Amino acid sequence: MSACACEKVDLTKEDAALAQLLDQYRDYKGGLIPVLQEAQNIYGYLPKEALQKISKELKIPFSKVFGVVTFYAQFHLKPRGRYIARICLGTACHVRGGAKIFEAAKEHLGVEAGGTTDDLRFTLETVACIGACGLSPCMMINDDTHGRLTPEAVGEILDRYE
Amino acid sequence: MNNLNELRAKCKEIYEKKLSRPRVVVGLGTCGIASGGDRVMKAIQEEVAAKGLDVDVDFTSCIGMCYAEPMVEVAIPGMPSVVYGNIFPEKVPQLLESHVVNKKPVYEWAYIQIPGDATPLEGIDVMEKAPYYEKQVRSVTARLGRTNPESIEEYIATGGYEAFEKCLSMERQAIIDEIKKSGLRGRGGGGFPTGNKWQFVYNAQGDKKYAVCNADEGDPGAFMDRSILEGDPHAVLEGMMIAGLAIGADEGCIYCRAEYPLAIRRLNLAIAQAEKYGILGDNILGSNFSFRIRIKAGAGAFVCGEETALLNSIEGQRGMPRVRPPFPANKGLWGKPTCLNNVETYANVPNIIRNGADWFAQMGTEKSKGSKVFCLTGKINKTGLAEVPMGITLREIIFNIAGGIQGGKKFKAVQSGGPSGGCIPSEHLDTPIDYESLAAIGSIMGSGGLVVMDETTCMVDVAKFFLNFTQLESCGKCTPCREGTKRMLELLQKICDGKGELKDIDTLERLARVIKNSALCGLGQTCPNPILTTLRYFRSEYEAHIVDKRCPAGVCAALLVYVIDAEKCTGCGACLRACPAGAITGEKKQPHSIDVAKCIKCGACITKCKFDAIKKA
Repeated sequence: MSACACEKVDLTKEDAALAQLLDQYRDYKGGLIPVLQEAQNIYGYLPKEALQKISKELKIPFSKVFGVVTFYAQFHLKPRGRYIARICLGTACHVRGGAKIFEAAKEHLGVEAGGTTDDLRFTLETVACIGACGLSPCMMINDDTHGRLTPEAVGEILDRYE
Repeated sequence: MNNLNELRAKCKEIYEKKLSRPRVVVGLGTCGIASGGDRVMKAIQEEVAAKGLDVDVDFTSCIGMCYAEPMVEVAIPGMPSVVYGNIFPEKVPQLLESHVVNKKPVYEWAYIQIPGDATPLEGIDVMEKAPYYEKQVRSVTARLGRTNPESIEEYIATGGYEAFEKCLSMERQAIIDEIKKSGLRGRGGGGFPTGNKWQFVYNAQGDKKYAVCNADEGDPGAFMDRSILEGDPHAVLEGMMIAGLAIGADEGCIYCRAEYPLAIRRLNLAIAQAEKYGILGDNILGSNFSFRIRIKAGAGAFVCGEETALLNSIEGQRGMPRVRPPFPANKGLWGKPTCLNNVETYANVPNIIRNGADWFAQMGTEKSKGSKVFCLTGKINKTGLAEVPMGITLREIIFNIAGGIQGGKKFKAVQSGGPSGGCIPSEHLDTPIDYESLAAIGSIMGSGGLVVMDETTCMVDVAKFFLNFTQLESCGKCTPCREGTKRMLELLQKICDGKGELKDIDTLERLARVIKNSALCGLGQTCPNPILTTLRYFRSEYEAHIVDKRCPAGVCAALLVYVIDAEKCTGCGACLRACPAGAITGEKKQPHSIDVAKCIKCGACITKCKFDAIKKA
């Protein structure tokens, strides 16, 4: 545990885990990427404060940390849900009311496109086409495809994913 | 100096004991698991427990027949062992009842048999004679699907670490000479002679040297490195240790892409096992050679497969390529001399040392020695992994091993080498597979992905697909690649949208030439290959898109019109109900028609029509 940890009374479990992680990698050459990977495992994404702490503790300029984070596809700067709900807005889904499905999902989850629910259960995204036009309108939740949707059914399907 | 004799005897005993018992073995590579192998495993375990069967349940990795996954092998001592394909949980009770309890193989589910010392069964192909394996050699892939990849004992019992032990008593230069003599060339795509590379690192001055393994297999359609890592992780470790010993490195690093979690898990396990037995660590077997291997997981960037970008990524930087020279052999990881080879290259090394350079060199062609593992994907009957001697023809691989084109369609092209390779047409199907021959027809050996395309594939669309990929993955460091891929993609999109002009072809060719000659790294230098080869062999398709505003393969949506053949249409109304755009009209039992203005070309009607009455034109 780093020295400063005792001063912070509101140190969260995650922050404590990050501090421990940084102790482990402080003298490790080329440790930035493994640290970022593990920090993302701790928080589920890479919050700004964590990146600042990583930059300070590993003595790597923040600009460089940010550069590495944005270079690799694996890193996310915003929290993501356990489930990624992708609503198809391709042509076929569009004419069959894909927009209404999207509205229903937005309303049910209370987030905009690209947004994540506060409980980190869902991230809502749109997609151009998932190749299930015969089942339009459709959506994907992680790897499951759901077709022939109605706005009423969307909420019920989403609720199945805990 | 100590030796491994005692350990080897112990391992052989463990392995022979295993072979003497009845066994049910499930293929649990990534492909096996994705097609349900873990559920099959569970079903077998439950069935064995419920019935109290006297049989061991074990697992192995991918034997190579991806098309038949999930695969289960039943081995009863004294009988040929039989490998079954497409075994799903509901088939498990019958399989165990018949083969394990009653010793009667289920012939209709069997794919191959491995007789061993027993008399072969009638009616099941013996592995070496089966159409899928007849033209293959199994050297690097010998243990795949045959041994338990998470057992170091089985690796040692089957000759593992013999080569390394032999190298400990050899002169370092003699090891390098042996590799040189074998003619082994880099299996990652470049084809640089491995022995020469080792020599450069050996000669380089430095207090510290590294052996690095490139396991960042990123080409779409390539999975041989994953299969080797999952199926025979110790062979890669042993190859790296031999390299380390020869060049004078005491540290190794495997850069494995994060998308291969199972490979990373098995590698970590293999390293821990080798350390436990003192095969990895300080003063190995009492010699003065010390070697440690660690694993670096990639973070999702295709360009990191390029060697200098990979080194930057290990150092914790953005994975951007460096300017060469200096080459990694002189200035690599942390500025120290570094020997960088691909997974399959390292995995070949123990076999070369154990069987001798001459054994290896007798396989293959004059300039390309040994065997190469290929991944067969696309529109073929048998997708999977195949190890073949160099010099075999593409025709033999596609039509003999992979069983030809799906659905009796016509072969159009095979794409080798991923986004860096080219599309090879049917007139070059008899080209022998070696580095030079493939380069001569505009493609590359690449890492070993072969994507087969049939007459329903549009070559302009394929070129666009690969350019889209390279454009997204371009790291942005050098202008030719960053800007050039974007411009070429725009031109291809324009042609696919039916807005192309003939001069666009000239512009594409000029751009491709400039990018090839001026990009900084392999990604940029080779990304025009899909365009150049499709232009070279399928120019008429480009011209059809541009001049006739027509996509001959019926792929590019903007150039298609859906029509109903009034002769064949029965007026059943299936298409009308399927159409999401309300573009289809017609009375019941009368031929229907499609309103071109409303049609969104989604293809839903074609899928629904039972009478083959809807055509793309």
